[in-house]
Amino acid sequence: MAKEIERAGIPVAHICSIITISQTVGANRIVPAVAIPHPLGNPRLPLDEEKEVRRNLLKKALAALQTPIEEQTVFS
Amino acid sequence: MSDASRNAKYRIVHYVNQFFGGVGGEEKADCEPFTIQGPQGPGRLLEKLFREGNVDVEIVATVVCGDSYFVDHQEDVLRELIPVIRGYHPDLVVAGPAFNAGRYGMACGGICSSLQPLGIPAITAMFKENPGVDQYRKTALIVETANNVSGMEEAVRKMVRLGIKKLRGEEIEFPKAEGCFEQGIRKNYSHAEPGCGRAIAMLLRKINGDPFETEYPIPFFDRVDPQPAIADLKGITIALVTSGGIVPTGNPDHIESSSASKYGKYSLEGLETLDARTHQSAHGGYDNTYANDDPNRVLPIDEMRVLEKELGFKRHPWYYATVGNGTSVDNARKFAKEIAVEMIRDGVQAVILTST
Amino acid sequence: MAYARPHAGVHPVTHLWRKITVTDLGFSSATRVENGKLLIDKGELTALLRSDPNIKDVQLAIARPGDSVRIIPVKDVIEPRLSRIPEYPIFPGVFSAWDPDSGGIPSGEIVSLCGMVVTTVGSIVGYQEGLIDMSGPGARYSLFSGMHHLVLDISVKEGTERHEHEKSIRLAGFKASDYIARSSLGGPLSSGSRETLINPTDPGFHGSEKSDGRKRKPGIAYLYMLQSQGLLHDTYYCGVDVKKMLPRRIVPTEVLFGAIVSGNCVSACDKNTTYHHQNNPIILDLLRRHGVDWDFVGCVITNENVTLGDKQRSSTLAAELIVSLNPDGVIVSKEGFGNPDADLMMNCSKIEAHGIKTVLLTDEFAGQDGASQSLVDSHPNADAIVSTGNANEVIVLPPMEKVIGDDRVITELAGGSSKCRLPDGSVAIELQALIGSTNQLGFERMSSRFK
Repeated sequence: MAKEIERAGIPVAHICSIITISQTVGANRIVPAVAIPHPLGNPRLPLDEEKEVRRNLLKKALAALQTPIEEQTVFS
Repeated sequence: MSDASRNAKYRIVHYVNQFFGGVGGEEKADCEPFTIQGPQGPGRLLEKLFREGNVDVEIVATVVCGDSYFVDHQEDVLRELIPVIRGYHPDLVVAGPAFNAGRYGMACGGICSSLQPLGIPAITAMFKENPGVDQYRKTALIVETANNVSGMEEAVRKMVRLGIKKLRGEEIEFPKAEGCFEQGIRKNYSHAEPGCGRAIAMLLRKINGDPFETEYPIPFFDRVDPQPAIADLKGITIALVTSGGIVPTGNPDHIESSSASKYGKYSLEGLETLDARTHQSAHGGYDNTYANDDPNRVLPIDEMRVLEKELGFKRHPWYYATVGNGTSVDNARKFAKEIAVEMIRDGVQAVILTST
Repeated sequence: MAYARPHAGVHPVTHLWRKITVTDLGFSSATRVENGKLLIDKGELTALLRSDPNIKDVQLAIARPGDSVRIIPVKDVIEPRLSRIPEYPIFPGVFSAWDPDSGGIPSGEIVSLCGMVVTTVGSIVGYQEGLIDMSGPGARYSLFSGMHHLVLDISVKEGTERHEHEKSIRLAGFKASDYIARSSLGGPLSSGSRETLINPTDPGFHGSEKSDGRKRKPGIAYLYMLQSQGLLHDTYYCGVDVKKMLPRRIVPTEVLFGAIVSGNCVSACDKNTTYHHQNNPIILDLLRRHGVDWDFVGCVITNENVTLGDKQRSSTLAAELIVSLNPDGVIVSKEGFGNPDADLMMNCSKIEAHGIKTVLLTDEFAGQDGASQSLVDSHPNADAIVSTGNANEVIVLPPMEKVIGDDRVITELAGGSSKCRLPDGSVAIELQALIGSTNQLGFERMSSRFK
């Protein structure tokens, strides 16, 4: 989906757990997530720490959107 | 239905472009669709070769449209022509051959693909580099031809051979064997041997350096050029899209837990966060306990709000969701295209896509 | 069958496998096999299962091959077996502690009850479970339609937490199988077939070294991937959740004893039921011609975890273990689909990087029209694939006279949809929802090709 949205003209930051899949299907700005059942969270952490993890992942995604790239890039 | 029991002739409708329809050349490519009773141009050869194959046919009508007119007004033309074609109650529809004429090939492919779901057998023919092949090979039977009209007789012969099978109601299991382009569609079948035996046999051949044939050739994935970076986040409208299946409680659009056939568009008006009361996961491919307990773990609305205030970007008031579990890549592509068109219209300038 | 005799001084683990076949199933006052029929004491079995405080009710039902019966939603299918090795139980580590690493696996005899299986049903989440049709077009998609089923329809008490709910049903299946095996196979046995399976000896010892100029037999290893992604996506080795395990070797015939059991439901078509693990045809084929057509150098099990880091770690370690066995080639079987395609490609590429050839067993998710890309990940080294079919292909299943379980969930099953019910009572459903239909251990004959 990332590839098609980008093809239409909108930059996309893809937050996903299995980045090899994202790389294979062709997303350009990739941000590795925590884990499949909770990509932007971690139930093992206390809530405020978990929210901080989420915020940081989003910040990475936003930074990725602001970074010029030539090819597929993983922002870890 | 065997030929012996059939008294009436088979009815064929033939589609051709402005040139083969006798209207004119490229200068007439904008001619609007019309119908001629009976065969026209290559249709006469078509009828003759069917009869030589002992199959009695009549081309009851020839539908003509200019190549440019068709591609410029495709939806309208199809909406007009399909009922016209149906009105002749054809047993078979033949389009082209289009050889290497790109717009003609697209028109032929488009017509055949539209007839297929209506249960009307339709075939066409074109050269391998015609864009119509890539576009329509999966949904239409396309006979392979030479790249120009010097291959007309050969092309029509092949179409007739295929056409006779379609008229007899035969299923075309392997298009390639009938002179058509491979459709690139996966079809299940029952092998003589179970998979484990096949795997060991294939491995022995591979170890020995003997030739073997993989049962699934790994595909090549195309790439899209990255969109330019956003210079400054302030004032930028950002939308969220997820394939993690976060939907309002009750899954009002009934998005399937696997092989999703649709996506949903949901409002974020007034929502500062998501919780188990208002949202849930419809995705069946992962343990969704954690997502159900706190949907922000997949669709991070809570922290997006925080960052919005901190960094000054604007939220798009809608998010899009589908379930990425076993969803076909083609469906995902289709959804994304539609979603992108809408988002562009609504002024979305960047997207964060979350997946599991 | 003749097998290469082990070299003096090396003792391979050897198991004698006896199979008692039953051709009918019924209820009676004492659980036993009589004249080829398995009779089950309903009361005794039900009481045994209800000793789990989470279980509210157990209904037992029988389904026979050819019956107009649909069993739904199926969680697991298990073959009752009895170990005749006192210190090595069936389902080791499940009911009592068992450590495969202290003392090794003892040789000895195991007995199977063939022709019947214990099948568990009862709604949990609904998405991931599947169905078995005992007749009609759906029946030809898996071997289970040819067996007699004792179906356990289990409901749990209100408020039972999901993970506890799943566990109760899972253990109930094993308890029932164990009870049936002990009760019916415990005494002296008449007839039945016998087979001796000799496991490969330790790595570093090549069964048939190059001698007198003859070409060495090819060495084949097996990498056995196990689903391990959370609730309804888990597998256990000797009672341990494999997501918590590192890749390791097993003695191949451990699977006969139920060393690997299923807590996995995803998806019905390509998850391995406990039965599939107990009867892994890759292990059995490789053992049966070991020392004859090839040297089966060993089996490694590995997991399919949910983080990229875990996937990289497991694939690196699994590849190292495989390499240490010094094979010429490896069969790799996958479980599930989607992100496990990434594990499959990592395993393949890391093994191939050592010049060891791989063949991968996988199903496909090519869309209902077959036009979509079948796997979500790929690698140029994955050039030898056996496909067990496109799981998205839709078939129409006619209504069955009887449903064991609850077929209202059919629209929610992975592979179903809100529109899958047809006006005449049939359902148009993907193969995805049929238990075992695209099994990636290669049990079935279905495959897929380009049209």
